[in-house]
Amino acid sequence: MIQPKVPILKLKNCLIISIQWELDDATALQFQQDVLKKIHETNARGVVIDLTALDFIDSFIARILDEVIQMAGMMGAKVALTGIQPPIAITLVELGIELSDVLTALDLESGLDRLQQELEG
Amino acid sequence: MDVSSVSILTEWDIVAARQMGRSEAKTIGFGAVDQARITTAISELARNIYLYAEQGSVTIGRFEKDGKVGIRVIAEDQGPGIGDVQLVLQDGYSSSYGLGAGLPGVKRLMDEFDIQTEVGEGTKITIVKWLS
Ligand SMILES: Nc1ncnc2c1ncn2[C@@H]1O[C@H](COP(=O)(O)OP(=O)(O)OP(=O)(O)O)[C@@H](O)[C@H]1O
Ligand SMILES: [Mg+2]
Repeated sequence: MIQPKVPILKLKNCLIISIQWELDDATALQFQQDVLKKIHETNARGVVIDLTALDFIDSFIARILDEVIQMAGMMGAKVALTGIQPPIAITLVELGIELSDVLTALDLESGLDRLQQELEG
Repeated sequence: MDVSSVSILTEWDIVAARQMGRSEAKTIGFGAVDQARITTAISELARNIYLYAEQGSVTIGRFEKDGKVGIRVIAEDQGPGIGDVQLVLQDGYSSSYGLGAGLPGVKRLMDEFDIQTEVGEGTKITIVKWLS
């Protein structure tokens, strides 16, 4: 089984990532590396990760996301998570996982707006 | 009763186990939130088998008891077993790189949680979620 990589787009000074299918462990780790590399290459100041299509989350994926938030922060980029569906929010809390300080928004567009405001302000 | 089983040998089998769990949960009639809880719990147990026991199996099926209907998941391996069960059920305990949210988290996500384990023999974890 070969899974496609998670595509990373660039818009102005932000990276835009939409997770569109269930991530296996290897793809998730690859995604983590790719985001950091891309932040470095493009000097992006913000990263929006849209999770609308995600229908579950486990401690492995949560950890990957949390590390992305922290590592991006060290590289000077702020992360916004968008489209977190109620089942994901509920399972995260019940699992007992707290994500690092991160911007959240209902959808990709408002996430991008909030990130732009944050970066300008 | 109708049950299906996945052997856990590779990372891919973790994906297979949770896909099987999600589809079974849907068939039984669980809503989106419970489907996510069940899928997550299966993912945690299957990954523990892969990480700590190297191989084992996850068996998933519709389950009925005392007039209640639910889903039962049995994660079984012949791995090293767990020496101190109380310890690993504490939030934040992890022997590896993990957050240690796994087993205590699974317990919170499901309605019933049973663990039988013996050092050198293996581990069998049975979890149930009831349709409410
Ligand atoms: N099937 C198993 N066989 C042997 N030991 C196990 C098994 N499952 C869990 N353990 C032990 O129990 C500990 C706690 O497991 P748990 O899933 O709660 O946390 P973790 O796997 O360390 O971290 P996380 O799941 O948050 O990534 C593990 O670190 C491991 O030592
Ligand atoms: Mg675990």
